[in-house]
Amino acid sequence: MAEATTTVTVRDLGAQGMVTLRGDLADETLIKAVRKVTGLTVPGQRGFRRGKSGAVAWMSPDELLLLVPEDKAGSAVADLDRALDGQHHLAVDVSDARAMFAVEGPFAREVLAKCSPADLHPDSLPEGEIRRTRLGQVAAAFWCEGDGIWRVIVFRSVAGYAQALLERSARDGAVGAF
Amino acid sequence: MSTRLAQGGRLIDRSRQVSFTFDGKTFRGHPGDTLASALLAGGQVVMGRSFKYHRPRGAVAYGVEEPNALVNLGEEGRFEPDTRATTQEIFDGLVAESQNRWPSLDWDIGAVNSLFARFLPAGFYYKMFIHPRAAWKHLFEPFIRRSAGLGRAPRARDADRYEHFYAHVDVVIAGGGVAGLAAALAAGRSGKRVLLVEQSGHWGGRAVVDGARIDGKEAADWVADAVAALDAMPNVTLRTRAMAAGVYDHGYVLVHERLTDHLADKSGLRQRLWRVRAGRIINAAGALERPLSFAGNDVPGVMLASAMRDYLVNHAISPGDRTVIVTNNDDAYRTALALHEAGLIVPAVLDARPVADGELPERARAAGIRVETGRAVVRVKGRSHVTGVEVGLHVGEGSVLEEIACDAVAMSGGWSPVVHLWSHCGGKLNWDEAQAHFRPDPERPPLGADGTGFVRCVGASNGHLRTGDGIADAVAGAAWATGADAGKAPAGEDADEGALMPVWLMPQGAGVKLRAKMWLDYQNDVKVSDVQLAAREGYESVEHTKRYTTLGMATDQGKLSNINGLAVLSGALNAAIPQVGTTTFRPPYVPYTLGAIAGSAARETFMPLRKTQMDSWHVEQGAEFEPVGLWRRPYSYPRLGETVKDSVAREILNTRKNVGILDASTLGKIIVKGPDAGRFVDMMYTNMMSNLAVGRCRYGLMCNEQGFLVDDGVVARLSEDTWLCHTTSGGADNVHAQMEEWLQTEWWDWQVYTANVTEQWGQIGVVGPNARKVLEKLGGMDVSKETLPFMHWAEGELAGFPVRIFRISFSGELSYEIAVPAGQARGLWDAILAAGAEFGMQPYGTEALHVMRAEKGFIMIGDETDGTVIPQDLGLNWAISKKKDDFIGKRGQQREHMVDPLRWKLVGLETEDGSVLPEGAYAVAPGDNANGQRNVQGRVTSTYHSPTLGRGIAMGLVERGPDRMGEMLEFGAGADPVRAKIVDPVFYDKAGEKQDG
Repeated sequence: MAEATTTVTVRDLGAQGMVTLRGDLADETLIKAVRKVTGLTVPGQRGFRRGKSGAVAWMSPDELLLLVPEDKAGSAVADLDRALDGQHHLAVDVSDARAMFAVEGPFAREVLAKCSPADLHPDSLPEGEIRRTRLGQVAAAFWCEGDGIWRVIVFRSVAGYAQALLERSARDGAVGAF
Repeated sequence: MSTRLAQGGRLIDRSRQVSFTFDGKTFRGHPGDTLASALLAGGQVVMGRSFKYHRPRGAVAYGVEEPNALVNLGEEGRFEPDTRATTQEIFDGLVAESQNRWPSLDWDIGAVNSLFARFLPAGFYYKMFIHPRAAWKHLFEPFIRRSAGLGRAPRARDADRYEHFYAHVDVVIAGGGVAGLAAALAAGRSGKRVLLVEQSGHWGGRAVVDGARIDGKEAADWVADAVAALDAMPNVTLRTRAMAAGVYDHGYVLVHERLTDHLADKSGLRQRLWRVRAGRIINAAGALERPLSFAGNDVPGVMLASAMRDYLVNHAISPGDRTVIVTNNDDAYRTALALHEAGLIVPAVLDARPVADGELPERARAAGIRVETGRAVVRVKGRSHVTGVEVGLHVGEGSVLEEIACDAVAMSGGWSPVVHLWSHCGGKLNWDEAQAHFRPDPERPPLGADGTGFVRCVGASNGHLRTGDGIADAVAGAAWATGADAGKAPAGEDADEGALMPVWLMPQGAGVKLRAKMWLDYQNDVKVSDVQLAAREGYESVEHTKRYTTLGMATDQGKLSNINGLAVLSGALNAAIPQVGTTTFRPPYVPYTLGAIAGSAARETFMPLRKTQMDSWHVEQGAEFEPVGLWRRPYSYPRLGETVKDSVAREILNTRKNVGILDASTLGKIIVKGPDAGRFVDMMYTNMMSNLAVGRCRYGLMCNEQGFLVDDGVVARLSEDTWLCHTTSGGADNVHAQMEEWLQTEWWDWQVYTANVTEQWGQIGVVGPNARKVLEKLGGMDVSKETLPFMHWAEGELAGFPVRIFRISFSGELSYEIAVPAGQARGLWDAILAAGAEFGMQPYGTEALHVMRAEKGFIMIGDETDGTVIPQDLGLNWAISKKKDDFIGKRGQQREHMVDPLRWKLVGLETEDGSVLPEGAYAVAPGDNANGQRNVQGRVTSTYHSPTLGRGIAMGLVERGPDRMGEMLEFGAGADPVRAKIVDPVFYDKAGEKQDG
């Protein structure tokens, strides 16, 4: 059981550049374009890769989410469109569509497991994987960026609900299951 | 009188006192006491009254199976009725009151029912109150509701907090007795993820009370070692006060955990509902002892033999100086021996069997306890407390051979395995003749997705009542659940037991007078005579009998009564018990709170509220909100002293005269892109979208496969291969899901990608004759009629904000809808308001939006449509392409009924007197239909007061409506029907000059 004195905090991380890229994830041109924009290779199923200036998350068999600096989403879309010109794809800036939270603390996993039916056991959801799932009653995605360090994204309109839910779940303490 | 003994009580801490009240009287107990044990310690044997006859009742059991000792617990926001005193642990300040009594527990006016018991037989309510029909509602039901019922309903809002927790494990083990612990040890050693839950606050179950030995140790010591070993395993999670409530498909298990119910400090989370996905489920829930059916078996002081032993060993409770034991098996002798060892008197053990020569009876005889075989309790003496028993032959009819004075009676009718979790998903049972109980049939388990059984019962719940057998069975269960070698099972030892003799009626020849005092279901006052009456009246199915007599329908769900009841039924029907069968076991095993079910979905997180970036501004303006899907949108912005009706009118007039501003951010926005995108949008919309020029907008309709209109909106072509589809505010998610479904399942080879970008953009409507002036003042883009004509869009910068401007209108006025990245939407909103001030700009809400669209005859999805309306009904034929080979809904619209000339079609309606037609009102037609209802020929779909026209306007669907212009219709069939004329649905600016600015 975690100590009562330790807490999990929930923080709104503010603006974050985000680009949805749909296309053939096995295609060499696309892989090169993603590397050019983020410096990262395309992750496998449910994978998440973090680099110095960005990150790439696997969202579905034909969709990636690219995290880029706040002011770089527009140019990232332009770069992707240029690199994939003439090739079927969709790159769109979704930075404004989302809210992103940091959920951090010793039982952050359990805070998320109170809200999401995803398997949050460390063996099942290690660092380097993302889950698209639900958080209470809204769609969400989250991944681990280190021991007790989690990132959660939800749609912008429900940021208030998501924050209240995460804070409430954090306030009610550790479960002691993981 | 019951009391506390000076020695013993393995669970209580005598060094500390806990004080609580029961019916206003203060009692004291020790930590480790339940409410029932503490009341018994204080001499309070009567704890409640029964449901129907208001008979005084005491605790008959020790755990969750208790039917009698239910209390109203707590106060205000923590008030909870029907709390079992046997499972509620005491804490300082606990407040409990007895239920179902008036004016007091000792003297209850409802007990008069008991005198009329022979007039209140099974099915009494059904028989008595069927005529006259009206009397049920007005006379009988209110009376019955007052006199029946158990606890009171809480009045205050729940003061506590609850949560859910999702866990994924390989093995769930339900029950922390020695079988569950042995299974957990074996499963834990395999390295698999194991969750072991125990409903009570203590590990070890019966073995620690009954003195079993395991691996040469006292059971209690073995249990302590096992728990310590399990605690040390990182892959094992242990929980007490956690009840496995139900097993559902796909290995889904609900576990209800109580965190503060036993504490005086209620500040923490009260309860947690574990939502578990388990690979395999081991049910180690043990077995429940059955009462015996003899006359007066409900008199306070009559208790299950095992329960009496629990109170004695765990809490040092003496049930009274003299206790008679009545049994059909050897196990009850443990109670006799325990009482004897505690220095209490056991005047006799009445054993229904002709012979009792097992190890335990012999030990009892050796201890000097009088053992009488072939004997029965004919009748218990005493009303509110046992004073003695009349003894007779078990094979007899009830002649009294002897009376024995006593203070308590311990009864045992054998044990029933707790098979609930096995049965919830369809596990089947076999009748075990030797032990007289139903036990799981291993050949017919509940089947999981892989076609194999996913639940297994072990130990007593599998019919293995002896310690050694039960533990061995549990270890075998662990091997099954983990697929690993479970190793050698710990060796359990206990006394050898002789055979049980089934006893369903005591004495077996008891006459009707005795049978009418033999309780089967204590809580619902169902007696042996009631079940027999049901059989005589033709009830053969146990499920029907249950409902007719209410057997097993109380809050204990028949944990004590079901097997006895169906045995009595089978006896009355002359059918074997397995032929009669059991009733269905349904979750939850024990009822739990609605709060736990709701979890965090309470108060501020009750449900998500979608807010736009302008939401805080709307709040500051004092807007009245309305829900649109999960969005909240401003309905109107009433000013100080203004009614909402007035503010709506003001907003409309101002928009039509000057300029209004609307938060349209909730509008759905979906990008469709790819080489086949044109072909795709042509399929999704009824009209042609592929030929829309880049830079242009077009209004489109979406239907489902049946042809019914489901969504509408403006489509803009962004580039050669990209379309932007606007949907209704509530519709974006559904439309997007529909698009993806078609693309992924039917047209998987089409090259199309979609993205729901609804939330990427804030959208602001600038609407009214002054709209262009406002935008020109903001500057940055040419918004002139020539450069940006109606139904065009343009991209650029407006006052420095990156925007897309759509020249579309839902109000009939000159209108610009401006999309801006959501993060900058509030900034642009403020800039527009500032620029618009000099042009008379005011915000308007959704109601003004609705009225203005109705004035223009524009339809609204959900008003003019209800899932049965096709676009042709709404005069939208112009938006249905005749050129296209196909679109979703085309074939549906060609069905016979869809082309019926008598279909109700859209028209405008103008009342004769200018009043507003009632919403949803029907236009009546002459005559009645086959059901004797008035014929109708149309109905109102939208109706408003139009401030623009100064009168009521409405739209409606009317049979052949467009062919009947000028005809009068009558709405409402009352004395005062409203007369309205069929008119064109466009009430305002028919020529459409205003929207062109």
